[in-house]
Amino acid sequence: MGVSGSRGHCYTWRVMTEYEPVIGLEVHAQIRTRSKMFCGCPADYHDAPPNSHVCPVCLALPGSLPVINREAVRAVIMTGLALRATIAEHTKFDRKNYTYPDLMKGYQISQYDLPICTGGYLEFDLDGQTKRVGITRVHLEEDVAKLFHRIDPATGEPYSLVDVNRSGVPLMEMVGEPDIRSAEEARQYLMKYRAILQFLGVSEGNMEEGNFRCDANVSIRPKGSREYGTKVEVKNMNSFRAVYRALQFELERQARLLDGGKRVAQETRGWVEERGETVSMRSKEHAHDYRYFPEPDLPPLHISRAWVSEIAERTPELPDEKRARYVTHYGLSAYDAAMLTLAPATARFFEGVLEAGGDGRAAAIAKPAANWIITEFGRLLNDTRTQIEESNVKPAHLAELIGLIEQNVIGTAQAKTAFEEMFRSGKTAKAVVDELGLRQITDSGALADSVRQAIAQYPQAVDDFRKGKDAASKFLVGQVMKLTKGKANPTVVAQVVKEQLEALR
Amino acid sequence: MATEHLPAPRLSAEDVRHIATLCRIGMTDEEVERMREELALIIGEVRVIQGVDTTGVEPTGHSVEGIHTVWRDDVARPAMSVSDTLANAPRREGDYIRVQAVME
Repeated sequence: MGVSGSRGHCYTWRVMTEYEPVIGLEVHAQIRTRSKMFCGCPADYHDAPPNSHVCPVCLALPGSLPVINREAVRAVIMTGLALRATIAEHTKFDRKNYTYPDLMKGYQISQYDLPICTGGYLEFDLDGQTKRVGITRVHLEEDVAKLFHRIDPATGEPYSLVDVNRSGVPLMEMVGEPDIRSAEEARQYLMKYRAILQFLGVSEGNMEEGNFRCDANVSIRPKGSREYGTKVEVKNMNSFRAVYRALQFELERQARLLDGGKRVAQETRGWVEERGETVSMRSKEHAHDYRYFPEPDLPPLHISRAWVSEIAERTPELPDEKRARYVTHYGLSAYDAAMLTLAPATARFFEGVLEAGGDGRAAAIAKPAANWIITEFGRLLNDTRTQIEESNVKPAHLAELIGLIEQNVIGTAQAKTAFEEMFRSGKTAKAVVDELGLRQITDSGALADSVRQAIAQYPQAVDDFRKGKDAASKFLVGQVMKLTKGKANPTVVAQVVKEQLEALR
Repeated sequence: MATEHLPAPRLSAEDVRHIATLCRIGMTDEEVERMREELALIIGEVRVIQGVDTTGVEPTGHSVEGIHTVWRDDVARPAMSVSDTLANAPRREGDYIRVQAVME
């Protein structure tokens, strides 16, 4: 293969046919609490000036002591239950020791041998099949400070700036089993996990903003082999697309090495988005010597079964449950139901439309509501990079529009025009329909002139109709629609055309 | 005591350098030699604990017996002022703490 462009394809193919990818993901998600994990500082540092959400605990000043935020523990238990994990009765925190400027204390409070959740699984759909990936554990820890690396313009020396705001924000780490077999599976799995966290309301799940982060352990082995290949840890993937691309690149890189009789080195590699490749991060071989030991500042936690049951009862509806309900209650297709449950905001909007539609009408307007949200609305949101909850169009507006179509006040083509205007202006469906004069003409008397005009214009069609060609009347209906700029109600037009043709027979 | 039967702990220069690297402490050869002895003494003290008969004692993750599940409600409180936070910073740039780059 001399052409570099086709080599990629060749290796994508080889990875699929000759080798079996083995991928395990570790996902860190910040938990949405009001205060930090071990102190009362505000946890939301989004728009906060640097180092403004900081206290003696965050800074590890002498004498300061951590106290566990119960809400963060609750969020991890709820997540564990959604993943069918076992919730520990006895759990504790441990110190993970390393020296780096992002850690004020010189250690991170994490969990080592007694995490809150162990076992469980996550399921997602791919190519019409349900894939199940095992969960090893979910534990609770604290986020670290944010570093900005700079170069001193005067000396050329590198230095770092520290913002401690992020330090101490509750962080939930989920470690998955190496059950993932392709880059696409990894992406689907990650999206499903994020959806679960978002529906539970425990995390924002925004990769670009860094409150949802993912590292991957990647190896390949010859098809049929039971032994694992040497694994490489891939970091710095900041979007779902980056995860897919980085893993695809890494799998192909490893396949090339093995094909060339070389070995895969055990190392950490970082994804470099601009270059579209993973590069080795110089990592000392003993960098993982964290010398864990039980956190002496925090007594152990006992998690009562009563509390776990209470949390289970208050767990919001999960995406899979919602999806199943949309299919059985509203008769939506599996595809539509899946699209509406990708993100909570979309599901909320959909349910808002049904609610606004009025009592007992949910089943009737569910299908058109789903269609509008997935196609027209989805396209406009995408084109304008708008979040559904920030859109001008509110659920009640869409419900009203669907009602107008149902009552034949407007036709399908007008409805699209109306929706675009609603999306742009934020006005209600009725207001837009009146303003743009989109009301359908349903009065047969009002349409009679247009029908006469069409018949006069196309005598040939009248002849054809006399000879028994039904298509001729359809042609005339089309002409009337054109004459009325699509505003005529096609059913009424067909009726009038038929009447006039019969009269001429 | 049982500890008397345990061999005296020994640390190699390599062990000391490994720990120093983890703590990011630079050491001269003389300092490494001194630490080999001093650290060995400290570890020797810890070994006394290993001589205690713990048959029938439940393992625990904490030294204070009977205390567990100490936590708080999720209530945010005002943080320190930025100037207080930065008061002890060895060097600052704007409202950031400036530190030497540590490359991994």
